[in-house]
Amino acid sequence: MLPTRRLASLLSSGTLLAGLAFAGSTVLAPASQASGTCVKGSLSLHSAGQLNVATDSPAYPPYFENNKPSNGKGFESAVAYAVAAKLGFGRSQVKWTVEPFDDSYAPGPKAFDFDINEISITASRAKAVDFSSPYYTNPQAIVVAAGSKYAHLASLASLRGAKIGVQVGTTSLQAVNRVIHPTQQVQIFNTSNDVVMALREHLVDAIVVDLATGFDLVQTEIPHGSIAGQFSAPGGDNWGLLLAKGSKLTPCVNKALAQLRSSGTLKAITARWTQSGASVPVLH
Amino acid sequence: MKSQPTTRDEREAARRRARRRGLAISATSTVALLAALAFAVLLSPGWHLVRTTFFSWHWFNSSLRPLIDAFWLDVRMFVIIEVIVLVLGMAIALLRTMRSPVLFPLRGLAAIFVDVMRGVPLLLLLYLIGFGVPALRSSFLPTDETILGGAALAFCYSAYVSEVFRAGILSIHPSQPAAGLALGLTRTQVLTHVVVPQAVRRVVPPLLNDFISLTKDVALVSVLGPQEILRAAQVIQDYNFNFTPLVAAGAVYLCVTIPLIRFVDSRQARARRQQEGVLVVL
Repeated sequence: MLPTRRLASLLSSGTLLAGLAFAGSTVLAPASQASGTCVKGSLSLHSAGQLNVATDSPAYPPYFENNKPSNGKGFESAVAYAVAAKLGFGRSQVKWTVEPFDDSYAPGPKAFDFDINEISITASRAKAVDFSSPYYTNPQAIVVAAGSKYAHLASLASLRGAKIGVQVGTTSLQAVNRVIHPTQQVQIFNTSNDVVMALREHLVDAIVVDLATGFDLVQTEIPHGSIAGQFSAPGGDNWGLLLAKGSKLTPCVNKALAQLRSSGTLKAITARWTQSGASVPVLH
Repeated sequence: MKSQPTTRDEREAARRRARRRGLAISATSTVALLAALAFAVLLSPGWHLVRTTFFSWHWFNSSLRPLIDAFWLDVRMFVIIEVIVLVLGMAIALLRTMRSPVLFPLRGLAAIFVDVMRGVPLLLLLYLIGFGVPALRSSFLPTDETILGGAALAFCYSAYVSEVFRAGILSIHPSQPAAGLALGLTRTQVLTHVVVPQAVRRVVPPLLNDFISLTKDVALVSVLGPQEILRAAQVIQDYNFNFTPLVAAGAVYLCVTIPLIRFVDSRQARARRQQEGVLVVL
């Protein structure tokens, strides 16, 4: 009964953090004490006594809201605070730093304990950094503008002749190239905003983003736009927290995530901040 | 006190000794500096990590082919843009140096164009033209993002190059056009046969500077979507968390820019020698 009650308190209180603190105090404190090396005092951190969590700026919904990671709102902000709570850090002990995506995997000392920035886990990336176990799996979504001839797709093959836009650094590009095989070169843009702009200004026929972002875009920035379909990137698209290669914190973060998974908290956070993709046709 | 060398042979021998000593010193200092740098880099604790992330043979090899393919777009862009820039830049420079009162409005527009184009960040210009022009939904304006990006670069560089040309034109001594006119040439002939040829020869080095700068700035067009070499490198880099593709892209660039620089340098040196030769004869 406990997970249900916790979920109820979470929803009724309105703030996620109160729910997490409650969960942490009742169920999880014994678990973290039992975990040995993952006790708060013995963690090897970037700066003692506080957890430095990084993400890029601007931070986009539904992962962050109002470009303010510290407000606890948005999926990834909530996940970060939940992991922090499991590691024994209160909300005031979490410090957010801005880490551009390209910098997050540069060699050398990191300015953060972990980075949460919609980063997909791939085998070659894992040679340069540590990834936590996945906290989210997000399929790719095809977003089109109002009145697009690609709004109703029978299969991915019908999208082959379209001019498709993606954001640089995302796994969407590889997903498009390997799954859709477009006949025109994929257009790559610097930021998520530029991708949206390109669709709005008809520089491209369709854009491919992760599904949760797609839902947000058609509700806010692309009026009357629609999600024409979803598809899976080759090898799935699992997102992980990014840590320095060989970080001593990685096993502790994984332990925290495992607890969040088994307690149902992660599921509740996911349901709270992201939309179910059940309504969107799955294309092959 | 040692006597000074007096005979011609002695002076020659002293000069040879001095030259040998200079050579030995420069060789030693070069080797010492390179060795110090190599040790500083190779012995630093992070060198292994830097080597695998920036100089991985695997990623260099596997990214070279797609990078060279993408570079073809850069080459086409900077060659075509440079031709437009030279023509447009010269036209603006001539316009601004002509004193005819009829041309006053055009001169004013040219001055404003040059000021604005040099004054705004190139990236802003790219966004404005690349995203703004298609939004006009005009039937005659281009919507291809490579053409729009190229236009933005051409405008910006024309402004800089026109100033280079103008400086060259203004550096020609007034006695030159005066002499031309005295010989019975028309004003146009003075411009095309006396002023411009001398002006262009004087400004070749700064023009080359701008051209080299352009070869790299075409990468900015990638913000509008096209996959040129740096963007192609960034894609491989971001997907694999390895910076080597950027180094490979740099190597591809050097293969083009270094021969270019050397070629123009040697042409310049030859032109200088020829000019000096003429002076001696005079």
